[in-house]
Amino acid sequence: MGKIAVSCEEPALDSRIDPRFGRAAGFLIVDPDTLEFSYVDNGSSQAMSRGAGIQAAENVFRSGAKIVLTGYVGPKAFQSLSAAGIQIGQNLENMTVRQAIEKFKAGDVDMASSPNRMGHGA
Amino acid sequence: MKVAVASGKGGTGKTMVSASLVSVWRSPVIAMDLDVEEPNLHLFLHPEIKGKRTANMEIPVADESRCSQCGKCAELCQFKAISLMGKIILTYQEMCHGCGGCIAVCPEGALSPGYRELGEILWGRTNYGKFLMGRLRVGEAMSPPLMRQTKIRLTEMTDLNGTDVIIDAPPGVSCPAVNAVMDSDVILLVSEPTPFGLYDMKLAHQAFSQLNKPMAAIINRAGLGTSEMAGYCKSSGLEILAEIPYDRGIAEAYAGGRIIADIDGEFRKLFTGLADKIKSIPEASGRRGVPNG
Ligand code: SF4
Ligand code: SF4
Repeated sequence: MGKIAVSCEEPALDSRIDPRFGRAAGFLIVDPDTLEFSYVDNGSSQAMSRGAGIQAAENVFRSGAKIVLTGYVGPKAFQSLSAAGIQIGQNLENMTVRQAIEKFKAGDVDMASSPNRMGHGA
Repeated sequence: MKVAVASGKGGTGKTMVSASLVSVWRSPVIAMDLDVEEPNLHLFLHPEIKGKRTANMEIPVADESRCSQCGKCAELCQFKAISLMGKIILTYQEMCHGCGGCIAVCPEGALSPGYRELGEILWGRTNYGKFLMGRLRVGEAMSPPLMRQTKIRLTEMTDLNGTDVIIDAPPGVSCPAVNAVMDSDVILLVSEPTPFGLYDMKLAHQAFSQLNKPMAAIINRAGLGTSEMAGYCKSSGLEILAEIPYDRGIAEAYAGGRIIADIDGEFRKLFTGLADKIKSIPEASGRRGVPNG
């Protein structure tokens, strides 16, 4: 299974999920089998007035992740991730990164075929 | 002389002041609506539109078959309007600022210029002289490029040495507002004497002060609210050129798309007096008639 990028508040498996994809503090890039992880800072996106989601998508793409787990992905970031063939699981909130990975492994995350939030910059 | 009628926020009566000034102006004048997001000067001046053109901006169109995925375009674009995701080059039209940088930097000639429509520029005549406006396309977010093209149209319409221009500027202090007032000779700030009105006027006054242009205040709905506004104007050297009373006739004229200077002799006198005061303001040096930016 490919690596999973989870938007997070801190660089730890027990960090809370950051529900905002584009403006997440960072991404935990997790190997779902071994739970080994690395951290990708997303500060460069947070600082942008517009285009944060696109920048975040580029950051995720560079990490090599094939799957994204997060709260919501804006339309531009969605387009961008889809173009790169990255799968997107949304509507994950109020849980830790570890719980999100477990939920995903259990097959309980709907993989999205469209963005769940309109508006720019997300 | 170019007179910009601005305000710290919307709804202060900026457009009604612009329209009335145009109607009483004693020398040739062009009315120009640069509030391109919500132009409404035409609703009061009722111009006969004689011409229009579409304003476009250049944006990149990618030919994937020629792209070598070098990433130079995406690296250059600071607006994230073009992005390389793996083997795919993505353009986000609506975020593009039209700088042309990506097209210039692409080593493979994979990017060529296409167009995004910004809006339209319309011109014509009113009973009081020439009229010009820009109107942003619904969904378009970038006003300044359309405003620049509207200003270019202004120079085509007239020899600015013999004609004055009254500009209805966008409210606020953001980039479009600054763009509208930056090459005027005088900036008029229309405000209401309420606490919020005062707050917004202070912001506008401070922001526009950096342009080093003569500025003056017009108080609308005078008599409403506080006297703090007069205090602020006095202490910061902002002259109050006119106070427009709170009057039922104004609301009715406004709702009916009429000019308040036409309500009665008193109002007419108020605006002719205002126009004379504006004309006596010494112009900002060196910029006369040159559209800037
Ligand atoms: S024209 Fe300028 S703003 Fe538009 S995509 Fe190219 S580099 Fe970015
Ligand atoms: S600069 Fe040209 S060749 Fe390089 S990635 Fe962009 S479009 Fe492709």
